[in-house]
Amino acid sequence: MLIKTIFSGFGGQGVLMMGYILALSAMRDGMHVTYLPAYGAEVRGGTANCTVSISDEEIASPVASSPDYVIAMNKPSLIKYEGQIKAKGTIFLNSDLVDIDPEREDISVFKIPANTIAKELGNERVINMIMLGAVSAWTKITSLDSLMNGLTEVIKTKSSKQMGINKKGLEIGAEYVLRGA
Amino acid sequence: MLLRGSHVIAEAAVRAGCRFYFGYPITPQNELTEYMANALASLPDGVFIQSESELAAINMVIGVSMTGKRVMTSSSSPGISLKQEGISYLSGQELPAVIINTMRGGPGLGNIAPAQGDYLQATRGGGHGDYRTIVLAPGSGQELADITRMAFEYADRYRIPVIILGDGMMGQMMEPVEFPDPIDPKSLPPKPWVLDGAEGRPSRIIKSLILDTSAMEEHNWKLFRKYEAISREVPEMEQFLTDDAHLAVIAYGTASRIAKGAIKRVREMGLKVGLLRPKTLWPFPKRILLQMSRTISDFLVFEMSAGQMLEDVKLSLEGRGRIHFYGRPGGIISTPDEIAKVINNIYFKEGLERE
Amino acid sequence: MKKVFGRPKSMKDAVFHYCPGCGHSIIHRLIAEVIDELNIQGKVIGVPPAGCAVLAYDYFDIDMGEAPHGRGAAVATGLKRSLPDRIVFSYQGDGDIAAIGTAETIHAANRGERITTIFVNNGVYGMTGGQMAPTTIIGQISSTTPGGRNEDRDGVPIDLSEMLAIAKGSVYIERTAVDSPKNIVRTKKAITKAFKAQMAGLGFSLVEVLSPCPTNLKMTPVQASEWIGSTMTTYFPLKVIKDTAGKL
Ligand SMILES: Cc1ncc(C[n+]2csc(CCOP(=O)(O)OP(=O)(O)O)c2C)c(N)n1
Repeated sequence: MLIKTIFSGFGGQGVLMMGYILALSAMRDGMHVTYLPAYGAEVRGGTANCTVSISDEEIASPVASSPDYVIAMNKPSLIKYEGQIKAKGTIFLNSDLVDIDPEREDISVFKIPANTIAKELGNERVINMIMLGAVSAWTKITSLDSLMNGLTEVIKTKSSKQMGINKKGLEIGAEYVLRGA
Repeated sequence: MLLRGSHVIAEAAVRAGCRFYFGYPITPQNELTEYMANALASLPDGVFIQSESELAAINMVIGVSMTGKRVMTSSSSPGISLKQEGISYLSGQELPAVIINTMRGGPGLGNIAPAQGDYLQATRGGGHGDYRTIVLAPGSGQELADITRMAFEYADRYRIPVIILGDGMMGQMMEPVEFPDPIDPKSLPPKPWVLDGAEGRPSRIIKSLILDTSAMEEHNWKLFRKYEAISREVPEMEQFLTDDAHLAVIAYGTASRIAKGAIKRVREMGLKVGLLRPKTLWPFPKRILLQMSRTISDFLVFEMSAGQMLEDVKLSLEGRGRIHFYGRPGGIISTPDEIAKVINNIYFKEGLERE
Repeated sequence: MKKVFGRPKSMKDAVFHYCPGCGHSIIHRLIAEVIDELNIQGKVIGVPPAGCAVLAYDYFDIDMGEAPHGRGAAVATGLKRSLPDRIVFSYQGDGDIAAIGTAETIHAANRGERITTIFVNNGVYGMTGGQMAPTTIIGQISSTTPGGRNEDRDGVPIDLSEMLAIAKGSVYIERTAVDSPKNIVRTKKAITKAFKAQMAGLGFSLVEVLSPCPTNLKMTPVQASEWIGSTMTTYFPLKVIKDTAGKL
């Protein structure tokens, strides 16, 4: 088993954090993982993306030329990665910022109005946790529990209030998927 | 821990008892410098200087090394070129040091994408004069930690500069790693040759100027004998699925990971292909390669360059076996599929399926 | 209708890659305007640095030749000595000119090379992501001075322009800024004079321009400009540091 996921969006949407928490959680689950952030000139344009590979054996290349999953937090990300997704792969769209549909018919599409949900939660910064919760519930790459542990490990120094809202984000994202499915 | 490659090297260096770091910013390895700035600031015996250039950095390294303390500098290709003068002096003066090269596309300013174009520079000395440096090529996050520790050990054992040759991908990628226990620098064995003031002992000189030609010749032979010993004791090669292989891919660093992915793919199709991954580029694991040629007929050298390690493979095989080459210079990262296609092509063209 | 604002002839029709609020774009434009006004587009050769302005040749519509990091003054020397009737300028950041390239710069000034240097002082290493620059001020936080620049460990911000003024071969050195319309106008005047000093064959000329880098200062563009006036100029006062060129 080898699963490659690309997270992509604007800088400031918490894209790198999403990938990092997923990688960390899967590592704690005992999996082999690699996490590769985009770098250099690519980052300057205000976009951010990272690739997470998870496998039960040693991972060869950390790059995903045909990812299983893509999380597109904005429209440019959909345009950039739609063509690369593996056949039968899934794209997760932040439908608040992506107002077009993918053209491919051999991939599944999952739409999550992350900004709307986050606003309801009272903190727009947790759109990344909402998306990540949804991704994990749908793909089962790692469990919600593992993500919660990963989150705790990352935010250890931050206030418990922040911890709470991020956890809430993960939960609501997961619920959104389970309700829909 | 899940850590970025650049941070792994830095943390491993601190744990190896390195308390001195000098460097000049250059992408894609700034995270290493920045980690050292933080880590050494929090240690009472830590010294970090952001130098005014790579020339200055390597000369600060020379100064610390003369006092016998563990010291490191790091850069990326253009900065390593500037350090070559100092590396030549370190070699002539027989001073230990660890130098990290996070290679990027070149020549010139090039780009900041991962590449392997500095192989010949690193393995042939790189600066002026008749010398070699130990060159280590890590292949994973864990190995970055292990090899950094080894680099300091080798540097002290042989009184030689040791270069770790990585690339931007290794530097940026996060992988799980476990670190060895930290070494207290005070617990390291004293070096009998250091400069620390001649109180109570005859004064010492550390130099590379040897005007007398026969003395210079003897110094060169002395270095040569040291390099011979290193060539016997240090070479290391990982072998992956080579027992029944007809074809072996030879690759190091990031390229070896891509090759491994490709090999898994072609194995699923029944092709008998393995991987030879040099962990030391100088000394190159010649003998192991030569031995492999008894059972393996075809070798595919894969590099992220237009062909540099290829020369060492040819020298090592001494005319045995068929040598093929595939390379992508300039910072292109091949996919495992791409390499699988190359392997396939060679495999059937050479009729290896009939063996 | 009369066109009152347009792209200088010496600029290409390209979109700057610079961050919002970065001073490089303003300074590029000023240089291009000066080149147009002096009518030297066909005679000028520029030397861009390694730094955020490394792609300057994508914006200037003039001949330009890349220098290794810090070696702008030496490359410019070579160009000028080979083509003494051309106008040669180097464009360099503070790291480029005042750290790795100090030796080349001081010696070019000392030889009185007939070249012009535009020295963009933004107080950080922009391109590599915000490390300490030789001009970073005391206490300023950067990615390699997490606790702020410390005088004992890192030294004080270097007065490169003042040092260059001591060199016998320098004829005109001025420090300006691009933090306000008034200072932008001053900067343009200074660049004009620096080029004219070269064209008159007098010697080495340099304009140091204090320039905002909001991205690495982690400020808004407005804050970064204000910071220049309120803080940076206390270390780097705006003034004519040397002028033996006289009226040009
Ligand atoms: C020999 C060498 N070392 C390091 C670098 C990396 N490098 C590129 S630009 C730069 C400094 C950028 O700072 P500055 O000169 O202040 O210009 P800015 O980007 O702020 O405009 C460095 C260190 C290089 N290109 N070559």
